[in-house]
Amino acid sequence: MLDRRDFVRQLLIDRGDLLIVPGLGAATYDVVAAGDHPLNFYLWGAMGGTVMIGLGLALARPDRRVAVITGDGDMLMGLGGLATIGVKQPDNLVIVVLDNGHYGETGMQPSATEAGIDLVGMALACRFKEARSVSRIEEIPGVRALLHAGEGPILLHAKIKPEDVPRVLPLRDGHAIRRRFMDALNSV
Amino acid sequence: MHTSLNIEVSWPDTIYAHFRRVGVRQVGYVPDAGHSRLITLCRDDPDIADVVLTTEEEGIGLVAGAALGGQRAALLMQSSGVGNCVNMFSLLRNCGFGCLVLVTMRGELGEFNQWQVPMGSITADILRLCGFLTCRVDDPNDVHEIVGAGCDMAFDGDLQVAILLSQRLIGPKQWTK
Repeated sequence: MLDRRDFVRQLLIDRGDLLIVPGLGAATYDVVAAGDHPLNFYLWGAMGGTVMIGLGLALARPDRRVAVITGDGDMLMGLGGLATIGVKQPDNLVIVVLDNGHYGETGMQPSATEAGIDLVGMALACRFKEARSVSRIEEIPGVRALLHAGEGPILLHAKIKPEDVPRVLPLRDGHAIRRRFMDALNSV
Repeated sequence: MHTSLNIEVSWPDTIYAHFRRVGVRQVGYVPDAGHSRLITLCRDDPDIADVVLTTEEEGIGLVAGAALGGQRAALLMQSSGVGNCVNMFSLLRNCGFGCLVLVTMRGELGEFNQWQVPMGSITADILRLCGFLTCRVDDPNDVHEIVGAGCDMAFDGDLQVAILLSQRLIGPKQWTK
């Protein structure tokens, strides 16, 4: 299994102008820890809605790559979004699920994936062009290539260790996060 | 589907004309019989991405993502769907995303299915509590003015606007053909 901070940091090496929507909680902290960036739209709430924000953005900007990076809890709450995305088939959208099988923010209670519920199978059943699990550090270069150039929709399921890591907190003012993102996107 | 020709412009066509006027590029919806004409118009428009949602709350994320990418998105739902959105509405207020929701009402006076009443009777109050400017339309002659103003306030003013299309406007659901 992967160290979550290590995985996200290596995944986002040379991220370029990738647009990133990190899900609330630990996934957002991991993305900040890899380096704050105006093209990160951090979430502090809206649990279950992250992949749909990714879809709206991917449809609006077909000229850009969009990555949703989120946890298993957020993904499980928004499973219907996989079907919605599967219908639209956005070729520029990648969902990265950091799966530790637990609700880390609330005391490490086990999630559905801990019981073997299969997110990769669900994504494939929802007509994702590609869905695969990643659990070894050597796989990251291939995964990074998919992130930047694979034909979407893609779901990358990263098996990460269920461990508590220090929080790295981003901006919390939602208006500021939105404006910073939109200004950066419009200036490129 | 439509067997008779309607010479007058119907209220869904009026709403669609406003979508075109303000440049709506994405429309998210959970189908409702009252919205069927408008959904067809949007689906047939190559400039509009029609997104059929599995639950209405997905639409709030869609609106936010579209706005981040510089596009305008509108949502169509039935009154029962408003209840599905409540927590997700917080995304709009926390970040200042404008949002236009067109709600076809069920559960109002004359509703034959009483299971629609508990949600339909609190829809407007819920929207107000969640920060929406809420306006109700009963008369087809008011659709142009109210939906036009709603579009402008949502998309130019970054406000959350809900327009309730009443059961009197839509007409009762037909169960027999």
